[in-house]
Amino acid sequence: MQWETVIGLEIHAQLATRSKIFSASSTTFGSAPNSQANAVDLGMPGVLPVLNREAVAMAVKFALATGAEIGRRSVFARKNYFYPDLPKGYQISQFELPIVGAGEVRIELEEGEEKVIGLTRAHLEEDAGKSVHDAFPGKTGVDLNRAGTPLLEIVSEPDMRSAREAVAYARKIHSLVRYIDICDGNMQEGSFRCDANVSIRPVGQAEYGTRAEIKNINSFRFLERAINFEVERQIDVLESGAEVIQETRLYDADRDETRSMRSKEEANDYRYFPDPDLLPVEIEDSLIESLRATMPELPEQRRQRFITDYELSAYDAGVLTADRATADFFEQGIEQSGAPARLACSWLTGEVFSRLNRDSLELSDAPLKADGFANLLARMHDNTISGKIAKQVLDHMWADGSSADEVIDREGLRQISDSSAIEKMIDDVIAANPSQLAEYRGGKDKLLGYFVGQVMKASKGKANPGQLNELLRDKLQG
Amino acid sequence: MHKQTISSIRRALAAREYSSAELCQHFLDRIDSANPELNAFITVTRESALAAASQADEQLAKGASSPLLGVPLAHKDIFCTRGVLTSCGSRMLENFVPPYDATVVSRMQSAGAVILGKTNMDEFAMGSSNENSFFGAVTNPWGEGRVPGGSSGGSAAAVGARLVPGCTGTDTGGSIRQPAAFCGITGIKPTYGRVSRYGMVAFASSLDQGGPMAATAEDCATLLACMAGHDPRDSTSIDEPVPDYSASLGDSINGLKIGLPKQYFAAGLDDTIAAALQAAISELEKLGASFVEVELPNQHLAVPAYYIVAPAECSSNLSRFDGVRYGHRCDDPADLEDLYKRSRSEGFGHEVKRRILLGTYALSTGYYDAYYLKAQKIRNLISRDFTTAFETVDMILGPTTPTPAFELGANSSDPVAMYLNDIYTIPANLAGLPALSAPCGFSGELPIGLQLVGNYFTENKLLNVAHQYQQVTDWHSQLPARFA
Repeated sequence: MQWETVIGLEIHAQLATRSKIFSASSTTFGSAPNSQANAVDLGMPGVLPVLNREAVAMAVKFALATGAEIGRRSVFARKNYFYPDLPKGYQISQFELPIVGAGEVRIELEEGEEKVIGLTRAHLEEDAGKSVHDAFPGKTGVDLNRAGTPLLEIVSEPDMRSAREAVAYARKIHSLVRYIDICDGNMQEGSFRCDANVSIRPVGQAEYGTRAEIKNINSFRFLERAINFEVERQIDVLESGAEVIQETRLYDADRDETRSMRSKEEANDYRYFPDPDLLPVEIEDSLIESLRATMPELPEQRRQRFITDYELSAYDAGVLTADRATADFFEQGIEQSGAPARLACSWLTGEVFSRLNRDSLELSDAPLKADGFANLLARMHDNTISGKIAKQVLDHMWADGSSADEVIDREGLRQISDSSAIEKMIDDVIAANPSQLAEYRGGKDKLLGYFVGQVMKASKGKANPGQLNELLRDKLQG
Repeated sequence: MHKQTISSIRRALAAREYSSAELCQHFLDRIDSANPELNAFITVTRESALAAASQADEQLAKGASSPLLGVPLAHKDIFCTRGVLTSCGSRMLENFVPPYDATVVSRMQSAGAVILGKTNMDEFAMGSSNENSFFGAVTNPWGEGRVPGGSSGGSAAAVGARLVPGCTGTDTGGSIRQPAAFCGITGIKPTYGRVSRYGMVAFASSLDQGGPMAATAEDCATLLACMAGHDPRDSTSIDEPVPDYSASLGDSINGLKIGLPKQYFAAGLDDTIAAALQAAISELEKLGASFVEVELPNQHLAVPAYYIVAPAECSSNLSRFDGVRYGHRCDDPADLEDLYKRSRSEGFGHEVKRRILLGTYALSTGYYDAYYLKAQKIRNLISRDFTTAFETVDMILGPTTPTPAFELGANSSDPVAMYLNDIYTIPANLAGLPALSAPCGFSGELPIGLQLVGNYFTENKLLNVAHQYQQVTDWHSQLPARFA
């Protein structure tokens, strides 16, 4: 039988506020356990939550970025369940009236194809703390530093039909929240996490199959693998005549498999009800308008601009605008160097990206900064170095963080553009190769390349290639 | 000294007729001798009180004049007090010493109050008799074997026996007014949002409101002025200026229109209480007030709606008591579930468990609409009844309780009979309105309370009517013979 995969994602984006969503504690990652948990975060008796307005503003920005409805009156609700890292015995979340309603995002698939993925809603909630299993032998510790960190839970429609689409969608949201500066997107630190609802159905069937929710996915690679594993598992289950059960499954990256966490029967009845400690959040037009004014250019708009203004291909423009840092890096590079956009694009997506891949680095962590990149482009653009030498220069810059100018001076890599110096080298090479000269003049044009190579070698690669070619042709003509 | 009101104490302290240290010592001695019988205090903070009193005396000597400077008071044990046990009447918090003060506590401290201790209460403020305290029942100073009412029973008994001239209380369904009525004192539950709930252990967040309990309306006005006001740490506290409650106490009530809800004077009301209310009405008429009958047609729905909303909120509010971070924790838990089950089974008393179960049920999938949502709709109906009534009258007068203080154990086996004690007080909580109880007579030896319910933020009017009434009656200044 032919099966169709149906995927919906729930993405938890940690909002980049300085303090927690309902208390004044700091949200900095990696502090000593419980050093960032005050009486409110600890759920002490009698203490009360006070909403952080910055979190509200960030949720509204997300709505503006996705053209989603803004919940003009949203309500915080309590989600009740017991867990040691949940200090109050309930999580403050939003249930019936979320702050962000329906919206959509456009994803680009590989063959230049586009697809629209529906957003069901996005709501504000507080994160839980962490259970620590390795700090005390035989006991579990609780670290509440993360408790109360603001999250925006972004829920999609079940609109994705493959793991690749799910990854494209997740990357798009990841790019968007970073563009609008509401989330740092750091997946290792858990600032951006995905849960995937996966089901399959026979091709052509209208009803959805029973879904499993996969939790604990903390990279795009794992998202793809977890979904593919789960789809295979469900096909096996159905083809063996059994039924998929509705359950929560955990993705284990080490074993590359999903396994059951709890079934629907064991699921909690969360007993949602409006939190009487918090007033409904009313969002005024004035807040929306003031936030709209601060919205940066969004990836889609920027991509269009790159195509129009820089005459880049749709593909290149898409790659460069996929995240804000890359697009900024690119634009800073051309603005500071005056080099053509296409040169900057091919160097960024080629030489720089390949070095990032090789070293498993994000652009933000790379030894090459945007002004260094601009410096390198400028030296190519003004013919101080050739493209070939530029690769060597970049290697040095990458290794020790030097500027292009420093490397060029230190290593003596300045391009030789002095005609008389180049002519001298040409004369020497011609004098040393009389038989090749005769063959060339006898009509063997291909030998031009041989002579270029010999002169370039003599110049240690520094001869200006354009000048060299021109001068060499003249001399060989005789 | 103990027969003096807070107002006269303030004058005497300012005039240096006696020192705060002498005064506090006097009340501490009274607590020492009476508390073994009354059990009104869970904690007596003798040393810190005497130290604070000496400091207050130094301030007084310098001519300082903060509103409660050197005045001895006590807090219901539901208010968190930094460094002092805050048990909430429960085994669950038998060992809980908060590292922070409730806003009410810090405000009264900055007003100069000297805190003598923490008063007994029904566990987590759930009860109408103070029999639900882990620290034992409180006795009504007016009648041996009688309950003081609840849940602020310790505060009411302490003021009733003049072990302290004033106390804080909290009122979720009548927990200030009913014990005030039973113990012959005055108490006011302010408008919801008038007094910060920060640091007040939550029972039912949308109903809970702190307020003062003292001998007179004038003293309640003084105390309320110090407790009330916007608190940025409580999102439900209202940012309205606090009026000078004492300033309006001289206002004439001539021409005031008071509504008498037909439903409050119907079957179920004790005859002696009905008679005392009639006499109070006559007194107020002499002062120029006029009375008209008003309808509050949905009153009979208040108790059922309350017993959905309050338990629902409590079931969630009390989830934090899980044995993990503070409070009672069972010995040697086998696993996480065992830790939860035994810590909570051992830590909570009967009534608390009953309400957690009730509330958990009411919020469960499939029942939420039928119970919680419906109860919220009834709340709106009840609020609308009052709004309609306040279009024609300035305030409403009725009984605080259907009967005088009952005997200890009388209602212990019948929770519904116990819940019906709050039939007249619950509507004001559901609507968020201010309501006051003041003594208006006796049924035999037992005090009777009258209740005034006003529109939002009209505490000053309620306090003034009670004050005017107290100028022409002396029910509020009578003391039980044993504690005279």
